[in-house]
Amino acid sequence: MTRLAGGLIDRSLPLNFTFDGKAYTGFQGDTLASALLANGVQLMGRSFKYHRPRGVVAAGSEEPNALVELRSGARQEPNTRATVAELFDGLAARSQNHIGPLDRDFLAVNDLLSPFFAAGFYYKTFMWPKAFWEKLYEPAIRKAAGLGSLSMLPDPDAYDKGFLHCDLLVVGGGAAGLAAALTAGRAGAEVILADEDFALGGRLLAESDLLDETEASVWIATVRAELDSLPNVRIMTRTTVFGVYDHGIYGAVERVADHLPTPGDKVRQTLWRITAKRAVLAAGATERHIPFADNDRPGVMLAGAMRAYANRWAVSPVKREADAIAIFTNGDDGHRTAMDLIAKGAKVLGVIDVRQTAPRFGDYEVFAGATVTGTKGRLGLNAIEITRNGRSEWHPVGALGVAGGWNPNVHLASHHRGRPVWNADLLSFVPGADGPKGLIPAGAAVGKGGTEEALADGMNAAITALAGIGIVAAGIALPKAANAAAEQVAFWHVPGKKRAWVDFQNDVTVKDIALAHKENMRPVEHLKRWTTLGMATDQGKTSNISALAVMAELTGKSIPETGTTIFRPPYTGVSLSVLGGGDTGTTFRPRRLTPTHHWAEAQGAEFVEVGQWMRAQYFPQAGETHWRQTVDREVLAVRSGVGLCDVTTLGKVDVQGRDAGEFLNRLYANMMGTLKVGMVRYGLMLREDGHAYDDGTCARMAQDHYVVTTTTANAGLVYRQMEFFHQCVWPELDVQLISTTDAWAQIAVAGPNARELLSRVVDDFDLSNEAFPFMACAELTICQGLRARLFRISFSGELAYEIAVPARYGQALIERLMQKGADLGVTPYGTEALGVLRIEKGHAAGSELNGQTTAQMLGLGRMVSPKKDSIGAVMSRREGLAADRRRLVGLKPLDAGTQIMAGSHLFTAGAAQTMETDQGWVTSSCYSPHLQSYIALGFLEAGDARMGEVLVAANPLEGQEMKVEVVSPHFVDPEGGRLRD
Amino acid sequence: MLIPHPLLGLRDSQEFTYLGDAALMQRPDPAADGAEAAFCDYVFLRDNPAGVHRELWFHEQGDRSWLVVTRDTTTHEILGAELASNLKLGAAQ
Repeated sequence: MTRLAGGLIDRSLPLNFTFDGKAYTGFQGDTLASALLANGVQLMGRSFKYHRPRGVVAAGSEEPNALVELRSGARQEPNTRATVAELFDGLAARSQNHIGPLDRDFLAVNDLLSPFFAAGFYYKTFMWPKAFWEKLYEPAIRKAAGLGSLSMLPDPDAYDKGFLHCDLLVVGGGAAGLAAALTAGRAGAEVILADEDFALGGRLLAESDLLDETEASVWIATVRAELDSLPNVRIMTRTTVFGVYDHGIYGAVERVADHLPTPGDKVRQTLWRITAKRAVLAAGATERHIPFADNDRPGVMLAGAMRAYANRWAVSPVKREADAIAIFTNGDDGHRTAMDLIAKGAKVLGVIDVRQTAPRFGDYEVFAGATVTGTKGRLGLNAIEITRNGRSEWHPVGALGVAGGWNPNVHLASHHRGRPVWNADLLSFVPGADGPKGLIPAGAAVGKGGTEEALADGMNAAITALAGIGIVAAGIALPKAANAAAEQVAFWHVPGKKRAWVDFQNDVTVKDIALAHKENMRPVEHLKRWTTLGMATDQGKTSNISALAVMAELTGKSIPETGTTIFRPPYTGVSLSVLGGGDTGTTFRPRRLTPTHHWAEAQGAEFVEVGQWMRAQYFPQAGETHWRQTVDREVLAVRSGVGLCDVTTLGKVDVQGRDAGEFLNRLYANMMGTLKVGMVRYGLMLREDGHAYDDGTCARMAQDHYVVTTTTANAGLVYRQMEFFHQCVWPELDVQLISTTDAWAQIAVAGPNARELLSRVVDDFDLSNEAFPFMACAELTICQGLRARLFRISFSGELAYEIAVPARYGQALIERLMQKGADLGVTPYGTEALGVLRIEKGHAAGSELNGQTTAQMLGLGRMVSPKKDSIGAVMSRREGLAADRRRLVGLKPLDAGTQIMAGSHLFTAGAAQTMETDQGWVTSSCYSPHLQSYIALGFLEAGDARMGEVLVAANPLEGQEMKVEVVSPHFVDPEGGRLRD
Repeated sequence: MLIPHPLLGLRDSQEFTYLGDAALMQRPDPAADGAEAAFCDYVFLRDNPAGVHRELWFHEQGDRSWLVVTRDTTTHEILGAELASNLKLGAAQ
């Protein structure tokens, strides 16, 4: 155990956990990383490429090395940073990326082969022979690379999404963020304070700095209590603001239950879309390291992280208490770590400072003008080589802290093409002036990382931000604080012959950058892709600037001349589950149920998805063993008795107004204004480019009132188009539109007994052919007073009606019709039978109205009225469309028992089957129980003049070929006598 | 993105359906000479400016009004939004 005194852990709450199957204990407030270090575990994983032993480098979300797999079964989660995984009782974690035990990884052989894995090795090595890539190289690389593994099981947890609005979003709850939130909160502004950590305080938790001469945690608790008491402030911990989007919209993920063994009745995570009038970016800064020979051993970490482990988690990062700790620094900041460790009672070897005139702030040894030039220790650091004035000596140490300076977390400020600018005094990039509108960076995120200056800068940023939206905020009394000494020199890496790691996660060394330079991959964008630097889960948070500095040195240019690193969202990895926001499986999209759905379910119907709708596909009965038996029975029942089908899903639009007729004249290719009140007309709609778009019926209920229907698929699109022409093109017409698709339940009643059945439910209404002929419509009441609409229209070719009642009566209506029609052979039918009936009748549907066909092709050319303008009329007369001779035809196989495959192409018998000889194609196909033969519809070159011709329908994909006879598309009752009787 | 709806105030762009260039409101005269050529341009040709663009958005999950939104395509800044019907009627007067 290497626990120190103090810290912000709750020692009264011990937590048991396992790592690679071995049991350990930590405390409430620990992260997995701090608990492992407290147990003397330095080795936490293997590196990506060379499988080098690796330990923790950082103490926050920037961690490149300590990636572990958490949990098991369906909740197994790879590539989780141990530094941000909150410890809970029973946590099971495993190391990744090794074959065999972690301390004897079989793939460590890669390290010996490292000369072959230099920058760009993918592009150089696996090029030949070409065929080997897919079969050998790629599977092998995929197996060896990639860090964690997936469970391949569905995610069992729930996720959610939510929307928030505020005056001021404060990103980060450290010194600057707390000051900003408090300033804005007291001013009465609506404030959201978000921090990725589970505790507020940011670096204040990691430093020993005093506020008002007492521990910072006291001030943090006071501020938190005040913010909690303000109803206008919402504190969101465990919440990462990961991206800035247009117009002040911020994406954030709240990890609601990641810190619990299972979410229980909570969601696992929530995706928040925060609309903020202004934002303060108080995201702090990330420390960078200094590459030197063999700097990747477990035990080598960032000096600031070491301070965080010591101060916040009371952990010394060594395996044994007796081990000494050394600090390697290019500035004053490293000395702070030495001071804090000494204050905590840890053993400090000294500070290796690259500066010849290095300061000393306390009682420890200073190696001035010295560098670290080597390390030893197979699975963890046990010695470092210190070189001064050309003389080298080895010192035993158990850990080494590296302080290379701090990079402001400019990420969010660079999301809207904001370009960070180089600050030569701070030796880092800071947010530029062209960042996202309304986002004001403050504190360490602009290089003001001293506690005193961060507090003041946060307060001022809030005042400035709120002034921009007319809220006057007063300054607040800030606690007394100091700025730690922060002088540093530009020192980017220790030159040498051995490998010095720049990017730990991707195993990129100084040598790789030198190679990229030699191979002319010098722009940062090329450098990144050639070496993979800055990729993967950490996105180069600890490595990008160091790499840029190394490249600058090689090119002899300055750092800003060499390039700028900008960042895209997300700030840290976001799971796909939370981006889906819980919309998976049956809730992936809305499921619309018809008014008779539950009734159909009770009848044992099979359902089919039609767009968002679930429609009854067919209604199997006892004894039926194949869907065709059911569908044939349903079809024959309609042709011989009476059938019922829920057709609610067809789009319905109510069109009212003095100019309703004129409006529909312009919308439909055929005339609608001349339609008599009480009558229905079939309508064809074109697209403005002249192709057929949609069809349906127009019923004129009154002089100024039409009810039009659309296909199910186009219901929303046609309504949108109608509104477009109404508002954008002809707003002078007096017409009002409303979609009533969901308001009315509509049931088709089709078959010779349809009139008899309906006569049993209508209230005193004359259904005789004379009083209510084919294509009549009326408003009436049924079942003693229920408001209804009746349309005598037929999709099946039989005597048929569609009856509409308010949607909530849909189920009652179908139950009543079933009951009243028992002696008439009433039969419910689904979409399959509906399809057979319409193919038998030669009615076009989606396969024929597919956006590539014209009115003429459908045999509806005469419907496009030459007497008036309508959408698409002008373009439909274009030569290319007008001269198209393809026509809708019926097709019958010479062998009635062979199915014609939809999609087959038609050829003259004996002709070669090429694009040039293609005569047309099959659109829809089914078995017709009425004709006792397979039948089909299709488009055929000059089809209307080729009745009786025998063609070949070819389906070369499946090697099928059959002879078919061209017939009229109206297989049933071509004269239309049945529907008019 | 947020769209300043002239009647409803700032609304999230997710409530809207995008159509495109507001030039679609200028449907050619079908009776004029050369109507076919004019319709070809109308149907198939669009300007795609880098900068200020007037475009049609449909408040489909809202009050179903069509808006003409003026947007800078390079920054997504929205410079204004008007009811399409008002614009069209105003232009006719």
